[in-house]
Amino acid sequence: MALNAKIPKGPLKDKWQNYLNNTNIVNPANRKKIDVIVVGGGLSGGGAAASLAELGYNVKVFFFQDSARRSHSVAAQGGVNAAKNYKNDGDNIYRMFYDTVKGGDYRSREANVYRMAQCSVDLIDHMTAQGVPFGREYSGYLSNRSFGGVLVSRTFYARGQTGQQLLLATYQALMKQVKVGTLTQYSRHEILDLVVVDGKARGVIVRDLVTGKIERHSAHAVVLGTGGFGKIFYLSTLAMNSNGSATWRAHKKGAYFANPSWTQIHPTALPQAGEHQSKLTLMSESLRNDGRIWVPKKKDDDRKPGDIPAEDRDYYLERRYPAFGNLVPRDVASRAAKERMDAGHGVGSLKNAVYLDFKTAIERLGEDTIKERYGNLFTMYQKITNINAYKEPMKISPAAHFSMGGLWVDYELQTTIPGLFAVGEANFADHGANRLGANSLLQASVDGNFILPNTISNYLSNEIRTGKISTDTPEFDEAEKAVKDQVEKLLAIKGTMPVDQIHRRLGRIMFKEVAMSRNEKGMLWAIEEIKKLRKEFWGNAAISGDEHGPNSELEKAGRLADYLEIAELMAVDALNRKESCGAHFREEYQTKDGEAVRDDENYMYSAAWEWMQGKDWKLHKEELEFKDIEVKTRSYK
Amino acid sequence: MKLTLKIWRQDNAKAKGKLVKYELSDLSTDMSFLEMLDVLNEQLASKGERVVEFDHDCREGICGQCSLVINGQAHGPEGHYTTCQTHLRSFKDGQTLNIEPFRANSFPVIRDLKVDRTSMDHIIQAGGYISSFTGMAPEANSIPIHHNIAESAFDSAACIGCGACIATCKNSSAALFMSAKIAHLAKLPQGQVERAERVVWMVNAHDDEGFGSCTNTGACAMVCPQEVPLLDITRMNYEYNRSLKTIDS
Repeated sequence: MALNAKIPKGPLKDKWQNYLNNTNIVNPANRKKIDVIVVGGGLSGGGAAASLAELGYNVKVFFFQDSARRSHSVAAQGGVNAAKNYKNDGDNIYRMFYDTVKGGDYRSREANVYRMAQCSVDLIDHMTAQGVPFGREYSGYLSNRSFGGVLVSRTFYARGQTGQQLLLATYQALMKQVKVGTLTQYSRHEILDLVVVDGKARGVIVRDLVTGKIERHSAHAVVLGTGGFGKIFYLSTLAMNSNGSATWRAHKKGAYFANPSWTQIHPTALPQAGEHQSKLTLMSESLRNDGRIWVPKKKDDDRKPGDIPAEDRDYYLERRYPAFGNLVPRDVASRAAKERMDAGHGVGSLKNAVYLDFKTAIERLGEDTIKERYGNLFTMYQKITNINAYKEPMKISPAAHFSMGGLWVDYELQTTIPGLFAVGEANFADHGANRLGANSLLQASVDGNFILPNTISNYLSNEIRTGKISTDTPEFDEAEKAVKDQVEKLLAIKGTMPVDQIHRRLGRIMFKEVAMSRNEKGMLWAIEEIKKLRKEFWGNAAISGDEHGPNSELEKAGRLADYLEIAELMAVDALNRKESCGAHFREEYQTKDGEAVRDDENYMYSAAWEWMQGKDWKLHKEELEFKDIEVKTRSYK
Repeated sequence: MKLTLKIWRQDNAKAKGKLVKYELSDLSTDMSFLEMLDVLNEQLASKGERVVEFDHDCREGICGQCSLVINGQAHGPEGHYTTCQTHLRSFKDGQTLNIEPFRANSFPVIRDLKVDRTSMDHIIQAGGYISSFTGMAPEANSIPIHHNIAESAFDSAACIGCGACIATCKNSSAALFMSAKIAHLAKLPQGQVERAERVVWMVNAHDDEGFGSCTNTGACAMVCPQEVPLLDITRMNYEYNRSLKTIDS
């Protein structure tokens, strides 16, 4: 199937309005005849579910947590971008579009990025009206801070808990709709398959994680807001239960998966402290506003950070990138940290960290100001490491964070399966090969609240005569049987290798060869290792308990089974792209001083992969056109 | 280090539960409390035994999904920590730890250490929101809010909804949890229109869900991971009385 992104006609700045002018909408009286399933209760899924319910559709929302308020959007710290230009610093929609396309290393879809920047303005209004306590100036007006990869202040924040506050606003809007009765929520339910009838997405098979019952649910359209799959690395900034299973099962039912290998490795997470570790806690990028990153100039310098004088410190980001300094984009900052650590300048007992130092800022602004800006982050740091970061520098390290790749969607956020939509991190469209900080909350929220409710109506306007979708059909029978068979197969393994151990090993393979720095030999090795590990999983995984009732081992095993397949596609995708761009750094394609070399002639496309029933994947290219921005070499020097 | 764990095992809400003893050795003080439970579960799974079910997700203290009462204290001994942020350095080598679920009438046990906290969702459903639908909002800077008021609203809004306050309260009251939302929205100009009805609806829902009454012992605020101010409960009482007057008129 040829890819059609369905980008509306007209100048860039008019495309979204042109789309809205011409799209079909559904009569309010007909909306209550239409069922929509939303998977995921976070900013994208929850936002979509609440907004669709407000419009009058019958909405069912599914999530595996015990409450939608726990979705992983909650963990985003630093902020949300919007082109409000409240600072009078020259910001506008075009500049935000420009920064985002450049930050993504010219591998995103122009029209989508521009629309995201346009909608950002409304989003701040929306969230403020919902009661989000954004940071304020003493005048009472909204305050801003700066994030990486930009030269203006366009980031709105609620201390270091911006994601939590936006999510709670969205959760409260959801709860309101539950009360009104337009929305039914299914907490502790996990989607295990998508049901496709006559080529259209018509429902899902879910497992009730309390009773263990497998259930069928039908709808006229299905929306996936299921987040990213960075947990594939085991050690990541993601929540323990975040997973790629919903998007992967949709992929196996025909949805193309785009740019799967583009994973953002976040430069400021806490370093791994030992083998037992389950998670790498993120320290917000906003800390780079006031923190300075350095390592000792001397290799294996064992002095305490306070004892190392200024002339023996290497502020390597300020040295290499004087224009942006500590605020270079994440991919650049992570690679630069890796370069220093590989060269023997890492700090901490495992030599796997760099310093993030607030001494200069505390001297200049006082401890109280730093406390008000980042207090909760310093507290969190102390709780985990037992170190007071007001007194000595934080130790930070790169960690797997965000999936720029995801299900391929067109301008309407529709996948290659008609009636299946993907919003937020689950889709691929807006960030190119590297996401800018504070654009994640933005994309999730505008996809869910402002874009999807307008585009899905174009599809649903053809469904008003369809009537209720039956779950008593061969397609539902077949999907349910496949799900039950897999559960049975997993429980029948009865091996001795704990699921988490296998996941850790997968993570090590992926972080070594399919993360910050990649080469052909390493990835061919990784593919073989993944295949071996997959065999070992299906032969020797230790999954105890049964399917009747809660069984967290069974849940983890199902997710890992999918990760073991996603991992291979990630390597295949990274092998295919013989250039360096954004987070995708191929060692074979770099300049003498270690900067990325793109190949616009051959690789200016999004790679959308089609599942070929387990026999390799078929590549479809969406060629990218840049008419409103000059494509140049990305430089932050 | 070595630890002896006595963990609450219970098949479902109706089954009878009991404490089961497990010995763990070779633990590191750098381990988080939940990583220690991961170690135990890996051992159980590789022996083919059913693992200990417990709730957890973000493991950085913000999602509110982790729970547990450790040696009688919700979220463990540190105070103002979540269980996931508690590390083994808080315990002594050779110590015995009793690990139980959050206990309250309104939190039925699902299995082992997992409990059902949807009763807290029901309180929010009753009125813990501002009914501004997508598309309705005015320009954000048209509502100036004093810096200190926004900060104060944040202090209340920071609640992660974990339920430790309820598990700690001798009456199983959800007063701190509920008052945090009431205070957050009552402090802000955006929350004024629904202010009176909100508090009455929420307090009624709280009572309907079987949560107990608040007797102002303040135990809740001692364990709250986000240090939600105890004063919010006083504010809630003020709001409640104020609203009865407002609604009457």
